[in-house]
Amino acid sequence: MEDLRFQHRVRARAGGTRQSAIVGVVASGNLEVLVERVLPDAECALDIKTAAIGFGEVWTAVIGDFVERYSPGGLRFSINDGGARPDTVSLRLAQAVRSIAENGQ
Amino acid sequence: MNTSWQNNRAARDARIAAGAGLARGKVVEASDATRMLEAVIRPGDRVCLEGDNQKQADLLSRALLAVDLAKVNDLHMVQSGVVLPEHLDLFERGVAKRLDYAYSGPQSARIARMLFGGKIELGAVHTYLELFARYFIDLTPQVALIAAVSADREGNLYTGPNTEDTPTVVEATAFKDGIVIAQVNEIVETVPRVDIPADRVHFIVKSDKPFFVEPLFTRDPAAITEGQILTAMLAIKGIYAPYGVQRLNHGIGFSTAAIELLLPTFGERLGLKGRIATHFALNPHPALIPAIESGWVRQIHSFGSEVGMDDYIRARSDVYFTGPDGSLRSNRAFCQTAGLYACDMFIGSTLQIDLQGNSSTVTTSRIAGFGGAPNMGADARGRRHPSEPWLKAGAESDPDSPAALRRGRKLVVQIGETFGDKNVPLFVEKLDAIELAEKLNLELAPIMIYGDDVTHIVTEEGVANLLLCRTAQEREQAIRGVAGYTDVGRRRDHGMVAHLRERGVIRRPEDLGINPLDADRSMLAARSIKDLVRWSGGLYAPPSKFRNW
Repeated sequence: MEDLRFQHRVRARAGGTRQSAIVGVVASGNLEVLVERVLPDAECALDIKTAAIGFGEVWTAVIGDFVERYSPGGLRFSINDGGARPDTVSLRLAQAVRSIAENGQ
Repeated sequence: MNTSWQNNRAARDARIAAGAGLARGKVVEASDATRMLEAVIRPGDRVCLEGDNQKQADLLSRALLAVDLAKVNDLHMVQSGVVLPEHLDLFERGVAKRLDYAYSGPQSARIARMLFGGKIELGAVHTYLELFARYFIDLTPQVALIAAVSADREGNLYTGPNTEDTPTVVEATAFKDGIVIAQVNEIVETVPRVDIPADRVHFIVKSDKPFFVEPLFTRDPAAITEGQILTAMLAIKGIYAPYGVQRLNHGIGFSTAAIELLLPTFGERLGLKGRIATHFALNPHPALIPAIESGWVRQIHSFGSEVGMDDYIRARSDVYFTGPDGSLRSNRAFCQTAGLYACDMFIGSTLQIDLQGNSSTVTTSRIAGFGGAPNMGADARGRRHPSEPWLKAGAESDPDSPAALRRGRKLVVQIGETFGDKNVPLFVEKLDAIELAEKLNLELAPIMIYGDDVTHIVTEEGVANLLLCRTAQEREQAIRGVAGYTDVGRRRDHGMVAHLRERGVIRRPEDLGINPLDADRSMLAARSIKDLVRWSGGLYAPPSKFRNW
């Protein structure tokens, strides 16, 4: 296992009013993302527990592109990764933002 | 001075006479098969042991493996598929020495070890059509050991739906003074149809059990990922639609299975029915059933058959090629030719793509061979008939030539996810195939599809249209620009990639109006094998390994 942590300053707050959401599953080649609206509007953080060791550089690139594209202000992501491919990670993160952007609890 | 011009005919007659002692008419008991092979095969003979993609002459393989080495040795095997363990055991034992072949799927790791270990003297690895062509020029078999479903007493053969290579092998052997020996599942009064006429068949061996057939073209929709669905959506909207591709061949991977299952859903919503994917050179892929049932597909010609599809094919003879008996008639050589000359697009996946767009399925420990992909995935320089996609692709690659003198181009599309199994990157700086060629002292690296034939690369990151690239540098950046988070992708020149995107050389999902979040399994017309059975009205009978209900 490897633990990684990323913190970014972002342009804007993530849309919607939901406080938390969960997408994906913990499985080989997949990942589970818990997203919570717990941070100041201009910040986001991602905590990653991954089964694949030595992919820090790829995670940095994936997270950088994600933050740039979705501006997930106010969100903290907790990720349980079963060695998913980078494109699966990008997709789950985008799904997490879409999920929490819905209105309601 | 040669005083006789019929030495080969005389030699053939002598072989037949030697084998006849073990036969009643043409029929040889399975227990006498080895003795019969010892009687008709001579040391050093070129032998085609029918190993097709699907149908295997397994009884004759075992019989050949058991020969007395004093009588039969140092054979030169010329066969398209090296598929059964016995095919390689022949070389371990010394029955065979030299090999010319096309495909070695399940034996790819062992054949690599044996080539490195010097156990096999390799002629060349071919494409199917190329090996078939050589059967008529410099690799004509002296003996062909083939497989069929049934024979009558005269020797007329019914191959069943997996006709595959048999007519080609028999043509080359029987009409050049060679011996044709067939293993059959049963001997009948009258064969359902004559696939091979009796006067081309010299001996028949009745097998104790049906020849081995493997389902090779069945992809379980349950295993298709969201990434593959997204990639398939990009291909349909970014390539099939703008070129209006009607005549095509699909590879056998999950990405193309996803395309087949998106036609009746995503394709229908785009209004593409009747405008794309109407005529195929394709094995009977179960994943195409929903598109056929929805009226998308007009005609399919097949290389071989697929396990479980027989009744469905029989009931859909408007779509498939069938014999007077109603069952599929496939033919690998004709279907390969059809794919090469009469299809406007090949789309398939691969294991490695380099910065020039060369692709290969070889890794340093596996030599899978070529099969047919290079014929499908190559521009046919002898093509002369126009079609909309062919002309459009030609105009994109060569906008300055006068239209009447400009060649069209076949669309050759490589589709895949940027990372494959176990996070192995699809894109590499140097192909393993080149390393392998150096290690084995091969004059040619085993390239599946050459970069200059590739027109498009589709990944989950977007579509790269290589026809629009004007320099080697643009081409490299177009490839890097869809290579995702692989090392190759991360080393892109961001400015140049942005510029290529403005020119439409690279198109992202958003450029095509596709939201990656819509790439959901609910888009698939069938989400399980059971769904495919339901679509077929119960006619598709999947083999047990695909049944989980």
